[in-house]
Amino acid sequence: MEKNRKTENIPREKFEFAQLNENIHDQKFDTKAKGFFADAMIRFKKNKSSVAAAYILLFLVIFAVVSPFISPNNLDNRDKEYVSFPPYVRALADLGIGLFDGRGTHASQNEAQCNYWRAIGEETGYQPLIKVLDTVKTVSKYRGEERISYTYKIATNRYYEKGVVYRVLSYEEFNKIQDWQNETGLQVIYPYVEPSAISEITDDPNLWYQVDSRGTAILDANGNFVPVYSTNSEIEGTPYYSIRIPGDDGSYIYSVRRSGAVQARICYYNYYTYLNGREPMYIFGTNAMGQDLFYAIGIGARFSLVFAVIVSAINLTIGAIYGAIQGYYGGAVDMALDRFADICSGIPMIVVTTLFQLHLAAKVGTVGAFLFAFVMTGWIGMSGLVRKQFYRFKGQEFVYAARTLGASDGRLMFRHIFPNAMGTIITRCALVIPSVILSETTLTYLGIVNLSEFAGTSLGTLLSMARASITTSPHAMFYPSLYFALLLISFNLFGNGLRDAFNPSTRGVED
Amino acid sequence: MGKYAVKRILLMMMTLLIITFMCFVLIRMLPPAELPIEDPHSAVILARREAAGYNKPYLVQFGIFLKNIFTKWDWGVSDVLYFGRDVTTIFVTKLPATVVVNLYSIIFAIPLGVGLGIFAAIKKNTWIDHTISTLTMVCISVPSFVYAFIIQYFLSYKLGWLPFLMKGGTDYFSFSMFVSMLPAIMSLGMGVVAGFTRTTRAELTEVLTSEFMLLARTKGLTKTQATVRHALKNCMVVVLPSIFAEFISIMSGSLIIEGIFSVPGVGGLSLNAINGRDYPIFTMVTVFYTTIGLLASIVIDISYGFIDPRIRMGSKK
Repeated sequence: MEKNRKTENIPREKFEFAQLNENIHDQKFDTKAKGFFADAMIRFKKNKSSVAAAYILLFLVIFAVVSPFISPNNLDNRDKEYVSFPPYVRALADLGIGLFDGRGTHASQNEAQCNYWRAIGEETGYQPLIKVLDTVKTVSKYRGEERISYTYKIATNRYYEKGVVYRVLSYEEFNKIQDWQNETGLQVIYPYVEPSAISEITDDPNLWYQVDSRGTAILDANGNFVPVYSTNSEIEGTPYYSIRIPGDDGSYIYSVRRSGAVQARICYYNYYTYLNGREPMYIFGTNAMGQDLFYAIGIGARFSLVFAVIVSAINLTIGAIYGAIQGYYGGAVDMALDRFADICSGIPMIVVTTLFQLHLAAKVGTVGAFLFAFVMTGWIGMSGLVRKQFYRFKGQEFVYAARTLGASDGRLMFRHIFPNAMGTIITRCALVIPSVILSETTLTYLGIVNLSEFAGTSLGTLLSMARASITTSPHAMFYPSLYFALLLISFNLFGNGLRDAFNPSTRGVED
Repeated sequence: MGKYAVKRILLMMMTLLIITFMCFVLIRMLPPAELPIEDPHSAVILARREAAGYNKPYLVQFGIFLKNIFTKWDWGVSDVLYFGRDVTTIFVTKLPATVVVNLYSIIFAIPLGVGLGIFAAIKKNTWIDHTISTLTMVCISVPSFVYAFIIQYFLSYKLGWLPFLMKGGTDYFSFSMFVSMLPAIMSLGMGVVAGFTRTTRAELTEVLTSEFMLLARTKGLTKTQATVRHALKNCMVVVLPSIFAEFISIMSGSLIIEGIFSVPGVGGLSLNAINGRDYPIFTMVTVFYTTIGLLASIVIDISYGFIDPRIRMGSKK
C-alpha cells in the first residue's frame, strides 16, 4: 500500500519520451517461413524413440542390401558338413572373447571324451576345446569302495571339432591337393591310420593314437598320445611328395589304394580352405540346409522389403483413388462402393492367398499370385482413410470457391482436396509396409506360399526351418527372429512418429 | 438404434453369402481329390459327391450346399485328411482346444492390459508413460512366433519350467492341461495385452482432458474419485467392445501358435486342410473365418454407433 501511494504523484518532468526521433515499426520477419514438411520434420525429431527407430531401420535396410556382398558364401555353395553350425569368424575366434567362435557345448563329458577333443586339436592344430564351463563331481560306490569321477561341461568349436574325415579322391585331385599344400604350407592330408592299429574302429577318422576297443585313448607314461600312423608302404595309394607332419621321418603313408582312386584322411577345415580359396566364415552361422544365415537373411529381407514397398504402392494408389471417389461423391455411390469393399475385406487373407496360389500360380507365377492376393484385400484400409479425409474437406470454403471458379470434379478431387490429405497418406505408407512384411513372413512360414524358387529364400522359410532344431541350434532361430522383430518394431515406431509429426492433433490416438 | 443394428446385421449376412459363394465356386473349380480305388469308403464318398451335385452347374451345386447346411447342418465329407468322416464332427472336436487356449489368454490379458493402460494414462507424459507406451509398441510389433521361440527356448528348454507342447486329451479345464497350455497362452497373450494397453491409454487420456472431468474436480471430488467414477466409466464404453471383438477374432485361433505348440485346434486343422488339399474342410474353415471376421467388425461398428450416433450409417457427415 505504501508503495502504491508513492507512485501516485510523480511530477511531470520526470517523464521523458523513449524514442522521439525514431519511427516505430514492426521488427522485420527475418526467419524463413517453414513449409509443411519442414514443420513435420521438426516435430518428428523431437520424438526420441522414433528417431532411434529411423536409424535402426536405416541400418536394417543397409544390412539387407549389402550383406549378400559382405558374406563370401551364397545359397548355392552350401557346405555338406557345416550344417546347423554356430556363428564363426576366425579373426574374432582367435581373440578368445567368446564371440563368433563356433561355440557348441557338450554336457557330461568324461576325461576320455575330453581327451578325444584334445587329440583332434593336437593333430590338426585346430584345438576344438575352448574351455571347461562346469565340473561335476560324482561319488559312486563300487564294491564298498568310494570312487570319485569327474564329468565336464565343455565348450567346443564345432568347426574344429570336425577334425579329420575320410575322403576318397581321384589321383589327379590328390596330387592337386599336394601341390596346393606346397604352395600354402597348410596341411590338408594327414597320414593314414590302419584300422588294425586302432582296435578295428573303421568309422572314426579322428583316431590317430593308441586306443582300446572302446576308442578310449591309451596314453604313455607322460600322459601323451601315442601315434600309430601307418608305415606300410605296400598299401600306399600314390606317392606323397608334399609337406609332412612334424615327427614324420618320411616313412608315414598318406593314402591307401581304392579301386581307381585313393582314400586319405583329410583335415576338413583346411580342405574347406582348399576348395573355397578361403577359410570358413559364417557370421550368423548356418541353418539346417547349410545356408549361410548372414547371406540368407539379407536375401530374404531384400525380397520382403521390395515386395512390401511394391504392394503398399499399388494398394495406396488403388485405395486413394477409390476412397477419393467414395468420399467426394458420397450418397449412393459411396454405399455401392462400400459394399464392394466390405466383400473384399471380408475374405480372410489366408483363404485369398490359398485360392490365388491354387488358381493363378500356374499362370502368373507364385509371386504374381501372391501379389494379387495382397492387392485384393490390402487397399481397403487406405480407401477408408482417404474417404474420411474427403468427407472432412469437401464441405470447406476453399472447395466451394474452386467450384464457383469452374473447376471440374477431377480437378477438385486431385488438385484441391487430395493435397490436404497427403500427410495422412504418407504416414499410412510407413504403417502399411510392416503389416505387409508380417503377413508375407507368416504365409511363407506356414508354407502356404513357397518363394524359394523365386527369391532363393525368405524370412518365413528360414524361421520355419529353424524351428525343428530350436534346442540344438538356437542361433538359426535367433538371428532371423532378431532381424525380423527389429524390422517390425522400428518400422512401427518410425511410422507412429511420422503420423504424430504430420497430424499433431491426433497424437496418441489410433486411427 | 435397433433399426441400425438390424440393417448392419442384414448387410453382414449378404456379404457373408456373397463371399461364401465366391469361395465356394473357386474351390469347386479345382479338380476334386483322387480317391484310392480299393478303399471301401471311396464308393461312399463318390456317392456323397454325386449327391452334392459335383457334375452339375456351380449355381446348382451352391444351392445343394446351402440346402444341406440349412436342413441337415451337413457340410460335406472329408476326402483326404479324415477319410470319409463328416466335416462337421471333425470341426466340432477341434473347436474346444482353440477356444479354451484363447479364453485363457484373454482372461489374463484383460486385467494386465487395461491396468497398464490406466496407469500409463494417469501418469501421462512422465517416464512411466513413455516406457509403457514404447514397450506396448514393441510388444505389438513383435510377431507371436518370436515370443513362442523365446518362451520355448528359455522357459521350456533352458529352465525346464514349462512343457514343450500341449498335452493330449480333452480335459481342458484340469490343472495339468492348463500348465501345458501356458506357453501357447503366453505367446498369444503378449500381443493382446499390448493391444488392450494401447486402446485403454488412448481412450483414457482423451477422457481425462475433457471438461466434465474438470467439473467433477470443481464440485469437490478427489482425483481418484473423479477418475474411477467418471473417466473410467466413459473410457470403458470404447474398451469393452474392443475386448469383445478381440475375443471373437481370436476364436479363429492362431495358425502359427497352434502349429508350434501342437494345440489340436481350428488353426492346425485349416493349415492341414490347405496343405493336404482337403477341399470340404477348407470350405467350412473359410466360412468360419469369414463369419468370425465379419462378426468382430460388426460388434465394433454397432457399439460405436451406440456410443456416437454420428457414425451410424445413413447420417453422413
